[in-house]
Amino acid sequence: MNSDETNALKEAKPAREPFDFARWWDRVGILMVLVVLVLLMAAIAPNFNRVDNLLNIARAISINAILAAGMTVVILTGGIDLSVGSTIAVSGVVAVIAAIAGVPAPLAVLLGMAVGGLCGLVNGWLTAYLALAPFIVTLGTMTFLRGLAYTITDGQPIVSSGLNFRDLGNGYIGPIPIPVIVMVVVYAVVWFVLERTRYGRHVYAVGGNAEAAQLAGVQVKRVVTSVYVLAGVCAGLAGVIFSARVISAQPTAGTGYELDAIAAVVLGGTSLAGGRGRIVGTLIGSIILGVLSTGLILLNVQFFTQLLIKGVVIILAVAIDSLKQRPLFLRAGGPKP
Amino acid sequence: MSQPLLTLEGISKRFGATLALSGVRFDLRAGEVHALMGENGAGKSTLMKILAGNIERDAGVIRIDGQEVDIRSPRDAARHGIAIIHQELNTVPDMTVAENLALGREPKKRFGMLDRTAMEQQAREKLARIHSAIDPRRKLGSLSVGMQQMVEIARAVGENARVLVLDEPTAALSRAEALELYKLIEQMRTAGVGMIYISHRMEEVWQLADRVTVFRDGTYVGTGPLSEISPADVVRMMVGRTVADLYHHEPREPGRPLLTVKGLAGQAVGPVDLSVRAGEVVCMAGLIGSGRTEVGRLIFGADVRTSGRVEIDGRASSPANPTEAIADGVGMVPENRKEQGLFLDHSVEDNVAISSLDRFVSAGVIHRKQRRSAVLGEMKRLRLRLNAVDLPVKALSGGNQQKAALARWLLRDCDVLILDEPTRGVDIGAKREIYEQIDGLARAGKAILVISSDLPEAIGISDRLLVMRRGRIVAELESARTSEEEVMLHATGTAVNAANTGAQA
Repeated sequence: MNSDETNALKEAKPAREPFDFARWWDRVGILMVLVVLVLLMAAIAPNFNRVDNLLNIARAISINAILAAGMTVVILTGGIDLSVGSTIAVSGVVAVIAAIAGVPAPLAVLLGMAVGGLCGLVNGWLTAYLALAPFIVTLGTMTFLRGLAYTITDGQPIVSSGLNFRDLGNGYIGPIPIPVIVMVVVYAVVWFVLERTRYGRHVYAVGGNAEAAQLAGVQVKRVVTSVYVLAGVCAGLAGVIFSARVISAQPTAGTGYELDAIAAVVLGGTSLAGGRGRIVGTLIGSIILGVLSTGLILLNVQFFTQLLIKGVVIILAVAIDSLKQRPLFLRAGGPKP
Repeated sequence: MSQPLLTLEGISKRFGATLALSGVRFDLRAGEVHALMGENGAGKSTLMKILAGNIERDAGVIRIDGQEVDIRSPRDAARHGIAIIHQELNTVPDMTVAENLALGREPKKRFGMLDRTAMEQQAREKLARIHSAIDPRRKLGSLSVGMQQMVEIARAVGENARVLVLDEPTAALSRAEALELYKLIEQMRTAGVGMIYISHRMEEVWQLADRVTVFRDGTYVGTGPLSEISPADVVRMMVGRTVADLYHHEPREPGRPLLTVKGLAGQAVGPVDLSVRAGEVVCMAGLIGSGRTEVGRLIFGADVRTSGRVEIDGRASSPANPTEAIADGVGMVPENRKEQGLFLDHSVEDNVAISSLDRFVSAGVIHRKQRRSAVLGEMKRLRLRLNAVDLPVKALSGGNQQKAALARWLLRDCDVLILDEPTRGVDIGAKREIYEQIDGLARAGKAILVISSDLPEAIGISDRLLVMRRGRIVAELESARTSEEEVMLHATGTAVNAANTGAQA
């Protein structure tokens, strides 16, 4: 008996299934949702499909999308970062104060990102080396960092009409808003890192099975620490853009943004258990949330109702993602006497 | 003979791509001990899980006293008087013995208050039925494994089980505890309980059982009274060929020592000295819990070393973690491939390449074509279907999953390879291929340290055997000149008892 052949026979079947819903959904499902949503909005919402409106949507989502890019990497390792919203405030405040003190624009921006990275380092170190649950760690730093933002600003916004990096939030290159260009660059970098580098494979390995990753030679603690740093840097960048957009430092900036970022990641099909998901999905998830918000505003739907609809959409997406994992979705089991 | 107590006919079960059971049958009489034997992965555990209602069968009939019954849940199984004593005990260590015995049917006072006095009284009665003097107020976790097993049996007997499944009951027991268990089995036999006895230990089976049924690769091979069957017959039925063929390898000529371990100790093992030479296969044998896996993990840097040193090809290697061990040229296939070895959701390519990515990167960026062709090369060598390269590894059969786990280290080209239970849960075809790979690696000048609980395998594929007991190496044996009995003697450390209670067949 040739066991190679028998194995091939045994295993050929699932690959040849005529239609595999789970695989189809993984590849294009969320994209189809976006296409349908866009077509729907174009049909019923006034002015939706004008170029300037679409660019406005893109600019509006850029902050959440940048946040969600870092969040995706954290969630891919099986972690979570609730502190990114507060990090936006702290890094924005620091960058604005530095700019007012005369620090040149590029350095002020980098400083804001570095502050974000430092917040992430604390999260990562506590999670990886003290083996604390990331949910609790980042819940703690979320509260702490918000308090820090209030303390530094004494609870008041710092308005600086001559803010030297204001173009980062309000400028254009050609017709494209600068935040949108920054967002595209962030996604390109994160995509490349996750898909094409050794580090990216290690991120997936840690999330897929931390013990197996350790035994395969992956430095699990370093990887875990690094993803929080990455999320922090993304949050720092988002914070600087936020400050540039409103030309001031706001201690309340980014409140609740962490949840929008998590929603975008989950909508994009990344598993909260880690190890499965794609950065492109997160971008689509962010766009869906943005299109939904803008479309509902154009349709004059009340803000309260908008929240109801957003909530339903998030749960629907997660439900589909969860159901596709279950065999009952594919075929019914049980004895056949 | 009267009507059988339990009859299973035409039972089939499929897990995804793997046919775990294909139309098997089994019957059990009252007051009988019926041994169920077969290699790992033969389908014994699957059949027992079906009987226990833990999984549902795809096809087949279950009869009790000739009446067809349907078992779809553990509750159904209990109602029909079927009880299972698992390898992994089914008890709650933080609760007392009495609480465990009453689990799910606690006696209540008025207003739903727990009646502790009644609960402890019932527990005492149940324990008395198996002549056990365990204090019902003790925390279960504070008892030895053997005593915990007694509590499980007391629960089964207390619920008037008529069919009792004992799955490797002596695997984790001391000799004295095993003897207690044998006595208890005799009592239950007299009481008319039918017992299905799953064990790999030949002498135990011949001592206790009346009949034996053998499964192989999910199919029924045969049944017979033990008075008419020899252990050699059963082994032949189990493996479908003579053992010698399966393990056959040309003599090897080991060279210089590649792995040298001196005074290595960890939390619960050591100090241990050992060496494995280039071109040599050394097996660590011993009972479960004797410290073999821990020694492997210490060499690989996966556990914290308290003292001792490791040398790889004469160079000091003191790995603080597996990353450093791998850099020194060591690889390890862990004991439990699903939990420790593989990324089940990830592709075969990712699983195989993960430890060798440094070979395919420049400035951290992966050359994907190089990676792909290297992975395909190893898959070809292990006769894995090449178009599985992008499939999630969980879609493969157990044997092919194990080959993927091995492929990771073939790709890495380690000098020293530690293989912990490399053929557990693997079908016979894949088993033979894994043996061929081990032999091939040794011939290519690698040092191979295998940990195996499968004695014929441990003896058959190795050049030398190291027997471990209680965290120490207690014997070093030449594989060509030893026997299973000799190994067991050292592994259990009770030469006198073993001689007295050994095989009677």
